[in-house]
Amino acid sequence: MPSVRDIPSITDKKLHSLEKKANLIRQDVLKMLREAGSGHSAGPLGLADIFTSLYFHVLKHDPKKPGWSDRDRLLLSCGHVVPIRYAAMAHAGYFPKKDLMTLRKLGSKLQGHPEVTQMKSLENTSGPLGDGGPQSCGMAYVAKADKLPWHTYCVLSEGDLEAGITWEAAMFAGKNNLHNLTWIIDRNNIQIDGYTEDIMPLEPLADKFAAFNWTVIEIDGHNIMQFVDACRYAQTIWENPVVIIAHTVPGKGVDFMEFEPGWHGKPPGSDELRDALRELRTLGGTIESESE
Amino acid sequence: MKKEQPKLARSWKNPSRLKLIPTRNGFGEGLVEAGKADKNVMVISADLTDSTRASYFKDAFPDRFVQFGVAEQAMAATAAGMALAGKTVFIASYAAFSPGRNWEQIRTTACLQKANVKIAGAHAGISVGPDGATHQMVEDIAITRVLPEMKVLVPCDSIETRKATIAAAKMKGPVYVRFARSSSPVFTTNATPFAVGKAQVFRDGSDLAIIACGPLVYEALMAAEELSKLGIEARVINNVSVKPMDEKTIVQAAKDCGAIVTIEEAQAAAGMGSAVCEITSQHFPVPVERMGMQDRFGESGEPNELLEHFGLTAPYIVKAAKRIMKKKK
Repeated sequence: MPSVRDIPSITDKKLHSLEKKANLIRQDVLKMLREAGSGHSAGPLGLADIFTSLYFHVLKHDPKKPGWSDRDRLLLSCGHVVPIRYAAMAHAGYFPKKDLMTLRKLGSKLQGHPEVTQMKSLENTSGPLGDGGPQSCGMAYVAKADKLPWHTYCVLSEGDLEAGITWEAAMFAGKNNLHNLTWIIDRNNIQIDGYTEDIMPLEPLADKFAAFNWTVIEIDGHNIMQFVDACRYAQTIWENPVVIIAHTVPGKGVDFMEFEPGWHGKPPGSDELRDALRELRTLGGTIESESE
Repeated sequence: MKKEQPKLARSWKNPSRLKLIPTRNGFGEGLVEAGKADKNVMVISADLTDSTRASYFKDAFPDRFVQFGVAEQAMAATAAGMALAGKTVFIASYAAFSPGRNWEQIRTTACLQKANVKIAGAHAGISVGPDGATHQMVEDIAITRVLPEMKVLVPCDSIETRKATIAAAKMKGPVYVRFARSSSPVFTTNATPFAVGKAQVFRDGSDLAIIACGPLVYEALMAAEELSKLGIEARVINNVSVKPMDEKTIVQAAKDCGAIVTIEEAQAAAGMGSAVCEITSQHFPVPVERMGMQDRFGESGEPNELLEHFGLTAPYIVKAAKRIMKKKK
């Protein structure tokens, strides 16, 4: 069996530092989107706690050696939430934070949807919903067959779960017992046209994955402790692939964006950015100057 | 009389003395050779292992064979994931389903990512026969050649299909290899030159050029022999590398011959012949007649009946040649 690095449990001190980091990353996401003038706000904010936990606690990786062959692979299926990944990666040291302001601009490595040919450490290109799940299966299949010591993670949205290809991949992962694969579902119940359960209900989602021979864990996607514990638990499962259904609040941290489908696919204006940053800074326990 | 090209099987002019073997067999043989040469070669099949001849590889390298079931979209994207993890991955199905059904996954995960995914499209063309239009893929050349990064190979017999398969495995990036179900004459040899990006002049002549790909190259040769009896010497070009296409050989044919007939077992729109026109219209415009499926689907029938029905046999090429000769300036 491949040896996968144990993910350490989380201390109170680490927990607080991750919460603070997630807040700063949220602020950068909003600034990036404002600068870009287009892009998605709600999903990235809702995934901030998960991406912060991944890059600062869960993943085996080295920003100084992005091509390290034994790194864990983190794939994104819902490419539209990539601003949160870029922001977390910049904070982790993959590239300078000032590059975040080039998002979606001509010549930038930070494409509107992630492109692995622009930045190898993105692991995959995504945007058309559904394509990430099977790619993660392909990587995990190779790692399992060749006994390679890394774990594959893939973050998927509800839109991905409406695409049949995702279930084709889920069947394949179940058939091949890809226990070295963990999918993380961003269950926030919004998509472009409205509330997911109105557009195409996914429930009973946990039962669906269980029926495909997956081990299912449901968590509060903003509870870093729960998320880390779920990832730790996933590493102990040797029979099945694991899916973590993370219930998240779209737009989390910015009151006027939370739960609003209207914020799925647009960036903040300048007044909205100001209000959002003020709110996040207050949440973080630090009142900072607006002119910062 | 023109000197015969020394590239083909000795008895190529006599169909009754040629072996009849489906091009798909060459694919299976090529896979095994590619698998021997490189342990990173893997093959995924979507429930069509025997009929695509992926079974040859499955028997030789069971540990590197993956059965995906009828899920061509996920198969393509999974192959890309495997490729990003260091493998060279062939996905085998019928062309109608791959690249037919999974074109978006091929575009995004194979081409845009420059992944080492090789799409093996079996049962391409109308010579699939009795299965009918659903299974007779005739739009595949159009939809693959338009993709950036993609290379498109349409070999003419089982020997060339073996070579094309081996070449696809050695190349970086996505490649589409197209082959057929029914038996067709084996008229090349192991010594016949093959290179990606090269068209091969199989018969010389300068009255007109017949540019073909796939098993219809043999029909083109037979047509050229008929034309020769009428005093018309046709240059026959095996345009196996539909992308990248051999501009030099195509332009030279336009210059030397002044008229071109193209023929393929695919939609005449946006196919190999259209690609020839893209080259000639830019570099040396000459009249071109594009033979192929004329904006319609196939239907059930025996392979030879269908080729006859849709006007894709040697006598029709002879007629097209006479028509195009009249348009020569």
